[in-house]
Amino acid sequence: MKILVPIKRVVDPNIRVRVKSDQTGVETANLKMAINPFCEIAVEEAVRLQEAGKAKEVVLVTIGGSQCQDVLRTGMAMGADRAILIETDAALQPLGIAKLLKAVIEKEAPNLVITGKQAIDDDNNQTSQMLAALLGWPQGTFASKLELNGDHAVVTREIDGGLETLKLRLPAVISTDLRLNEPRYVKLPNIMKAKKKPLDVIKPETLGVDFAPRLKSLKVEEPAKRKAGIKVANVAELVAKLKNEAKVI
Amino acid sequence: MSILVIAEHDNQALKAATLNAITAAGQLGQPVTVLVAGNNCQAAATAAAAVSGVGKVLQADAAHYAHPLAEELAPLVVSLAKDATHILAPASTFGKNLLPRVAALLDVAAISDITRVVSADTFVRPIYAGNGLLTVQSPDPVKVITVRSTAFDAAPATGGSAAIESVACPAPAGISEFVSHALSKSERPELTTARIVISGGRGLGSAENFKLLEGVADKLGAAIGASRAAVDAGFIDNDHQVGQTGKIVAPDLYIAVGISGAIQHLAGMKESKVIVAVNKDEEAPIFEVADYGLVMDLFAFLPEFTAALN
Repeated sequence: MKILVPIKRVVDPNIRVRVKSDQTGVETANLKMAINPFCEIAVEEAVRLQEAGKAKEVVLVTIGGSQCQDVLRTGMAMGADRAILIETDAALQPLGIAKLLKAVIEKEAPNLVITGKQAIDDDNNQTSQMLAALLGWPQGTFASKLELNGDHAVVTREIDGGLETLKLRLPAVISTDLRLNEPRYVKLPNIMKAKKKPLDVIKPETLGVDFAPRLKSLKVEEPAKRKAGIKVANVAELVAKLKNEAKVI
Repeated sequence: MSILVIAEHDNQALKAATLNAITAAGQLGQPVTVLVAGNNCQAAATAAAAVSGVGKVLQADAAHYAHPLAEELAPLVVSLAKDATHILAPASTFGKNLLPRVAALLDVAAISDITRVVSADTFVRPIYAGNGLLTVQSPDPVKVITVRSTAFDAAPATGGSAAIESVACPAPAGISEFVSHALSKSERPELTTARIVISGGRGLGSAENFKLLEGVADKLGAAIGASRAAVDAGFIDNDHQVGQTGKIVAPDLYIAVGISGAIQHLAGMKESKVIVAVNKDEEAPIFEVADYGLVMDLFAFLPEFTAALN
């Protein structure tokens, strides 16, 4: 069993970004970057499957500028065996990303792909489903539990109102939700070791797919700010305000 | 040509979010067609036909649609796409799971979680946990869209009298199989449609303490929500999570108890009409979005508030 884990480099999720004053996007210069939290869960799950003897090899892939090598190194420090960077500075959208990943998957022939369910920058939640569609594979999105049994995977999914368990024929694409696992802290010796693991850089043009963006971004605006509220002194005042002023109870 | 809405339902009734998606569809043009794909889903199809603004209902009834498997539903939606300019579904776990798969099969972009229709090809959607609002234009021949329920009113469930047409069902793909459900049973209103929500955070300290919210919820007829920190700590199930990666809510009243107000939590509740924050840390960022802030220990607050509601 070979597992491929596509990951994304994003602005650190704890940073509140600002919209650029010319409305062309969000200011990301000089911000701390990190591996997308759901992608980190995906790497962790793949590494745990390997540690449990369920997988032989874990391969990471990301798409972006050369600076994205840092998240690949982080993933390898967590335990992945090797990594591929599809190096480009071009604008990317989920459909194009799914096409590039499909081309890599056709070469690598993994039995399982694990992705994060959503990147916390664009908040699209699309790439895994699109990739599964293009490959003709089943999809286990928003997974909170994953078991591999021979030729199929049993996936428990976080759905509105509870949990749903599906049996998927392998190969399949899984996308991770929060409760799937808690990613490990990376230890210094593993960071050193990860520096020596293979990291291949390929150009997207060599993959022969059209990954040009489809959607045109017209502008990014700042959301309306809430009007400043007040502090109440005690419970009685709060209840009075909710009854008489806000009229919500 | 028509605007196609994929209904989310349980074969008997429509899920509430379908009505919000129908409203968004109505802003794009006419007629609005609703696809009800299920197994013995006549009742759900009848409910869809009664929704105000629906021009036609397509009913796809087959055993392989008994549960909403994306692998089965996507080819069905694709088979109906040639007559559609737009395909919409609620941005629920149902719609988020299905529509990107449909879009990729059609070789078009998907547009997630729209909060506004600007024109037939231009939409607004939040990015970076709602810290930016992106306006996107799609040149694709068919626009595949998920709709944020809280941003559109629900279409009236009655007043319509659309015809119901049966459609042909593609053969089963057979690559995925439903095994089981574990749905939370609750007498309380559903989180995403409740008029009042009371949410707890890490400040509650334990799953046991989390139950303290129930007294207030019972008094107010409120749904119970949670921050990601509370879910991560195992105080409550994930389907109560409010935030960027959980549910988006916009009730008339949102009461945040022991929640610090991380960016990712604010993304899920800052459109609420009235926000109350109770936290013993007066510097907590949650106070920046609260209409009424109360600096108080939540363990003192909850019993006192419950009593005051009597």
